[in-house]
Amino acid sequence: MPIDRSMNVLIVDDYKTMLRIIRNLLKQIEFNNVEEASDGTEALSKLRSGHYGLVISDWNMAPMTGLQLLQEVRADVRLRQIPFIMITAESKTENVVAAKQAGVSNYIVKPFNAETLKGKIEKVLGHA
Amino acid sequence: MRDRTGRPALTKPASTLGPIHEQLERARRHHAPVDRGMMAEVVRAVLTTMSGDLSATETSLLHEVEALGRAISAAKQEIASLRVADIKQRDIPFATDELDAIVRHTADATHAILESCEMLDAVAATVAADAGAKLQDAVTKIYEACSFQDITGQRITKVVATLKVIEAKVARMVTTFGAHGGTIDIPAADHVPIADELLNGPQLPSNAMDQSDIDKLLASLG
Repeated sequence: MPIDRSMNVLIVDDYKTMLRIIRNLLKQIEFNNVEEASDGTEALSKLRSGHYGLVISDWNMAPMTGLQLLQEVRADVRLRQIPFIMITAESKTENVVAAKQAGVSNYIVKPFNAETLKGKIEKVLGHA
Repeated sequence: MRDRTGRPALTKPASTLGPIHEQLERARRHHAPVDRGMMAEVVRAVLTTMSGDLSATETSLLHEVEALGRAISAAKQEIASLRVADIKQRDIPFATDELDAIVRHTADATHAILESCEMLDAVAATVAADAGAKLQDAVTKIYEACSFQDITGQRITKVVATLKVIEAKVARMVTTFGAHGGTIDIPAADHVPIADELLNGPQLPSNAMDQSDIDKLLASLG
């Protein structure tokens, strides 16, 4: 089955530049329904009031970090199935392990390229 | 007379301790902290009165202790001469303002680049497929390169945090050595608190895992 590219994707980052870059890269691979949040709290609020097929989040944000957002998503019965990709500059083993333990679907380290983003999205949406 | 280790005890007739007593008495009369000069004088007096009783090794050791005292004294003077108020009120704010300006300017420049890319992206959809694909490929590479702004921003944030730690440590050190008459505000904590101990920020390339390392690690975690 082909990927449903009309799904809502939520991208979360406190850097407007990064939001804009990810939005444009997603547009190039035909994900046009993209919404933005600048931290975990705003993202959680949007997730609870909408319908999203994918979350792509940074880690290092305040007041709620990407890891805390992931934990909240996985603890919420209505949200826990949403694929969650972490895109972050945090590249230490302890970070990857913590994200995995919290239930991350995939992990991309910054700086990343469009091919990596595309590959990970296809993988978590079941079309690797 | 021998001490508990069997070595000759270091005894001196009370009369030879006179200079030391006099020094101490003088210090007590003044009711002021013993200054470095007086302390050095006392140490010299002690060494002089003991010279007949000590072996060459012990004398040498005592001289080393005296030299160490002088070195500590010199270090205290150097620390006292640090202009902590300047560091706190001028140097650190100047450095952090400059770094903030770098982040702002690179962000503005990156947004301008992205705006042009978005325009090119739109144009790519209107030209022949072959040319459009080439155009979009080039634009994608620019998008990828523009993510530098996020990484440099995070690195600069780390540098600013480090500057604040240095500022706090210098202030604490000066206060510990009693300089500047207590005019320095000491922050409650000597490190910048972070919400999440796992926030390490971007690593230097030599320490960082790349995407393939992370993919292997994820795979190994099941």
